[in-house]
Amino acid sequence: QLLTPFQYLLSGIYLTRYILYSRHELLLFEALQEGLEEEMERDLRVCVMGEDVGHYGGSYKVTKGLAKKFGDLRVLDTPIAENSFTGMGIGAAMTGLRPVVEGMNMGFLLLAFNQISNNCGMLHYTSGGQFTIPIVIRGPGGVGRQLGAEHSQRLESYFQSIPGIQMVACSTPYNAKGLMKAAIRSENPVILFEHVLLYNLKERIPDEDYICNLEEAEMVRPGEHVTILTYSRMRYHVMQAAKTLVNKGYDPEVIDIRSLKPFDLYTIGNSVKKTHRVLIVEECMRTGGIGASLIAAITKNFNDYLDAPIMCLSSQDVPTPYAGTLEEVTVVQPAQIVTAVEQLCQ
Amino acid sequence: MSFISESSQTRVPCYRVLEDDGDLISDCDFQQVSKEVAVKMYSNMVTLQIMDNIFYEAQRQGRISFYLTSAGEEAISIASAAALSEQDIILPQYREPGVLLWRGFTLQEFADQCFGNKADYGKGRQMPIHYGSKKHNFFTISSPIATQLPQAAGIAYSLKMDNKKACVVSYIGDGGTSEGDFHAGLNFAAVMEAPVIFFCRNNGWAISTNVSEQFRSDGIVVKGRAYGIRSIRVDGNDALAVYSAVSAAREMAINEQRPILIEALTYRVGHHSTSDDSTKYRQLDEIVYWKKARDPVNRFRNWVQNIGWWSEQQETQLRNSVRKQLLEAIQVAEKTEKPPLSEFFTDVYDHPPSNLEEQEKHLRETITRHPKDYPSDISV
Repeated sequence: QLLTPFQYLLSGIYLTRYILYSRHELLLFEALQEGLEEEMERDLRVCVMGEDVGHYGGSYKVTKGLAKKFGDLRVLDTPIAENSFTGMGIGAAMTGLRPVVEGMNMGFLLLAFNQISNNCGMLHYTSGGQFTIPIVIRGPGGVGRQLGAEHSQRLESYFQSIPGIQMVACSTPYNAKGLMKAAIRSENPVILFEHVLLYNLKERIPDEDYICNLEEAEMVRPGEHVTILTYSRMRYHVMQAAKTLVNKGYDPEVIDIRSLKPFDLYTIGNSVKKTHRVLIVEECMRTGGIGASLIAAITKNFNDYLDAPIMCLSSQDVPTPYAGTLEEVTVVQPAQIVTAVEQLCQ
Repeated sequence: MSFISESSQTRVPCYRVLEDDGDLISDCDFQQVSKEVAVKMYSNMVTLQIMDNIFYEAQRQGRISFYLTSAGEEAISIASAAALSEQDIILPQYREPGVLLWRGFTLQEFADQCFGNKADYGKGRQMPIHYGSKKHNFFTISSPIATQLPQAAGIAYSLKMDNKKACVVSYIGDGGTSEGDFHAGLNFAAVMEAPVIFFCRNNGWAISTNVSEQFRSDGIVVKGRAYGIRSIRVDGNDALAVYSAVSAAREMAINEQRPILIEALTYRVGHHSTSDDSTKYRQLDEIVYWKKARDPVNRFRNWVQNIGWWSEQQETQLRNSVRKQLLEAIQVAEKTEKPPLSEFFTDVYDHPPSNLEEQEKHLRETITRHPKDYPSDISV
């Protein structure tokens, strides 16, 4: 006898815990890559196309190593023509492939607006359901570090009106991998928004297979006093502000909405019914952004539960300047968030 | 130091098999067609011609809201379709219903789409002539010009991955070649070695823009070389020439895994659409000349008749029969119910999300509460 029964039992428990809860640490861009790789292994129809996604591995390394593993055709380097490789992805999707199209920067996908709006969002409908477009369009967006106005776009504002597409924004390695996998498995066209400044976030994520629900918001910090709705990079500014707020005696509930189209009004609604005060913190511009739509949706559905008008902190309606000092002013900072909550809770 | 001239001394020659009057050009090499194929081609060209006339009239009578004809381009769509197999995937622009007709789309199916009734495969969601049929490998037409060209590259990519012995055929007009998607679609296909046939119908007009205002090159065929794509210029009003060119192109595209560019010279006899009156921007005698003296249907008929494969009697019978069928199809389509409200919110996504379910509920309530403000024939 090598071990006593009790020792067998203990080692069994440790083994189970190890298997069930074993995790590995990685950076957000690696989590995206892992999700993509797993889906490509799982389903031969999944393919990747975009500029420099092949042997270069992608400008933010999300597709690193994939071309070597799956070949140059399945991980396709395209010429520089966003409208065209998006169109190509749509064509491939209609014939049964599941393309993941990368925009080197989300802003460049403005060139693909025609294909995304008029074809991607519409062809399932206008063909009477005959053709489906299970495409994923992804890329880095948001305000970075002095990348200039054209590389600091928030495309979720422009795309949110397009019927037929879904939009999600990842913010942690965990949800990045989960949303990538869910988006690929979805039969609908999904736009996955990544943020230029979040690719190096580190987290321990589960070893086992998991996906995140595309339409679900994420409860980051439960609380009682105020509902703070945010997504992508602003989640971190909110959580920083939350520390200060807690020290000042406030109890904010922080929700990372994750699903930009459609909104998870179930989670959001439950929160509003509990706290009666809403603050939206976004990176979009004031006019026509996600915040604007969220205000409309909450007002329409939960007006009776609000004790105060909804507050929304957004970027100004200004192209993002290059100068670091000006750029900082264009993005909502934690101090503003603290002030807003204090105002809201008066 | 020498500059390459902006144009060559001579224009790229145009491949043809039949003279204008339908006589075979001597010593011409072309792909032979059997009697069966020739008769089917001719009958389809006549059917297309009649279909265009009758639907156009129906629009004028207010029975459908819009129509556009392929008058003068019957040989292009029928002959090119005849040279392809059922597995080849078609990405049309919008002036190629002949391809769908060749593949067996019935007159009733055409009428149903134009009337947007519940039998329409598109469930009444697209405007008339925007046909789409998965079973015929004819992808649903989308109005923006040239968007189908990069998609063609994508479909060819898909065929390559699956190692299928098929190609993609994407149609575009002369005007469409000015779009950015033309450049990129051709470039992509060349770089990817994709089996696509880019078929350009150069019919001289893009609504009111004449080709002289559209580009300064010698037509479209010369652009092929700029992308490293093998190309040919063909007489688009010569059914046998189009048939031969597409046959050869298909073989090359599939066996050599490369894109091919075909420029078919033709003339848009009709107006751009029912929303256009082309006499406003072009000479009436120009239109009449092409309609009478250069009609592709007449030209092919002369050839088929001279060989003894077609007779006047068959002509009369066919025309009467098609006309009758069409009028019946229109009557049936007109009477068929429109799609019900339940199809209004479907196919936006795979399953309607909660916001759409809510919108549907709200709409039904509104219609039930104010029935007089809504069409009575909409089935709630």
